[in-house]
Amino acid sequence: MSGIAVLVDHDRGVPSGGALEALTSARALAADMSADLDAVILGDGDLFDAHGADLVAICAAYGAAAVHCGRHQFLADYGPDAWGAALAEFVETAAPLAVVAAGTDRGAEAMAQLAARTNLPLVANCVNVSPKGSPADASTAPSAGGAWHVTRIQWGGSLLEDVTLTSTLPLLTIAQHSIEAEPREDGPLPAAVADFEPDLGPEVQQTLVRDRVTLAEGVTLSTAPVVVSGGRGVGSADGFAPLEELAELLGGRVGCSRAVTNNGWRSHADQVGQTGTRIAPEIYIACGISGAIQHWVGAMGSKNILAINIDPEANMVTKAGYAVIADLHEVVPAICDEIRRRRDRPS
Amino acid sequence: MRILVCVKRVPAVGSRINVTDDGQQVDTAHLGFTTSPHEECALEEAAQIIERLDGDDHAVVVLTLGPEASAEQLRYAASVGGSEFALVIADGGLDWDPQRTAVAITSAVRELEAGGGQFDLILFGNESADGGNFQVGIRVARALGRPIVNGIKGIDPHERGFIARRETDAGYEVYELEAPCALGVKEGINLPRYPTMKGRLASRKAQIQVLDCAADADAGGQSRIRLHRPPERASTTVQLGDSAAAAPAVVDLLDELGVL
Repeated sequence: MSGIAVLVDHDRGVPSGGALEALTSARALAADMSADLDAVILGDGDLFDAHGADLVAICAAYGAAAVHCGRHQFLADYGPDAWGAALAEFVETAAPLAVVAAGTDRGAEAMAQLAARTNLPLVANCVNVSPKGSPADASTAPSAGGAWHVTRIQWGGSLLEDVTLTSTLPLLTIAQHSIEAEPREDGPLPAAVADFEPDLGPEVQQTLVRDRVTLAEGVTLSTAPVVVSGGRGVGSADGFAPLEELAELLGGRVGCSRAVTNNGWRSHADQVGQTGTRIAPEIYIACGISGAIQHWVGAMGSKNILAINIDPEANMVTKAGYAVIADLHEVVPAICDEIRRRRDRPS
Repeated sequence: MRILVCVKRVPAVGSRINVTDDGQQVDTAHLGFTTSPHEECALEEAAQIIERLDGDDHAVVVLTLGPEASAEQLRYAASVGGSEFALVIADGGLDWDPQRTAVAITSAVRELEAGGGQFDLILFGNESADGGNFQVGIRVARALGRPIVNGIKGIDPHERGFIARRETDAGYEVYELEAPCALGVKEGINLPRYPTMKGRLASRKAQIQVLDCAADADAGGQSRIRLHRPPERASTTVQLGDSAAAAPAVVDLLDELGVL
């Protein structure tokens, strides 16, 4: 039986957070269509030996009825051509009803490769998908016969776009952080594991990862439970020292706005926003950040936001759940002192 | 060396994006326009690669598809390192979905190569600031039969092609592509320069070649119904204080959230 196929993007055997969100989203779509949820994982023999059982267990927990393991030596590590070609071969033989992936770097890229190879439309960064015949909101438009109705994000999430998708095989990526990853409520399904061996030509080797350099160990901006971020109000590169200290005390990471990277105060790798990293920490502490829309869309996935700003009218302040209206240069060191005072206090 | 940079004209939006009454586009009545940020960096990168080379037999060709007014972005490109400029005028009445866009750009690249020779490297932005479809560059590269990697934040030419670095959470991945190839670039790869006086003069003199290949492209399978703003997060801001004396309240909050 053909189902909704989900490409589970992973980095050397560790699935991305987005992949779990995509599985969650596709499970609802499969239920809508009374279809099965099928996971697709790409790797080589060594990768499946080391991580296969874990990956299958994760897919089963998220409701996959079958896990298709694409095995090939060129899939030992990531490569957009290798992944795109393997996916194209999978859809040709398995004939799924739709293919879904996360809107992560790898998910988005592999799906675009698949779309280019099959010349099919790809709707990127969807937040709501209604299959044929059940438009999410009948008032939005004259229903296009047989088309799917999809809502996707534009401008990094500042705008939504309702589109119709007319295709023999709908291809979709799910916007990151648009849905909470949730395993199947009734426990894992006994997922059937099926191997396939795509026929990959040597040309796909051109875009395989050749090498990698690790710069940061431990928590990263996108996984940190706390992000302490600074904007123009920090005033200088040195001004970030108290923010660094607060982040360290909380086991978090320091982020920044585009104004900061444009001034050369911090590396672009720290930038939160539409053209930087999208974060979803437990709390985002935004210090001296006005909250331009391009920044907001990177931060809006945060579960809680505390804005520290002298301007009570700043966008960041009015959108935040919590605010301190004062100079960050006084408030941040005071917070650090208070944390240390409580930790030193015998309990 | 010949490098092609594909850029897109996008509205320079402020703290809120408004949509026209018919829901078909961003209301730009009170907005200026700019080059999509990833692409501004792609152009800067091309200019820097060329500047490091010996000789003057090199070109940074800048291509855009959009309304006639997109010439503004090409003139700007002339002031920051572009050397040749081409415009595909897109009929504003059509739905320029990613497939149609990719077909038109592919024809434009073929026409430019027929006239001036093959591009060693084609640079795209990772995604456009507005549509954000994450696929046009990949579709074009595939149609031209060239390898492409997206998300690139570092490029170094080597003997037969280019070494490209892609940022990950923990560091970066290294790719090695043979020319001719394509790369999707991300902001942060460089800090784009500001136009100089000499650049402004070049901008005024820039010749823009208008390519007639928009009509070749048929619509793809994605069709816009309407744009709208997401519901505002109903937020009441709890003010924890107006001085450093707010610190205990902040730490109480951190404790409550379990991050202390």
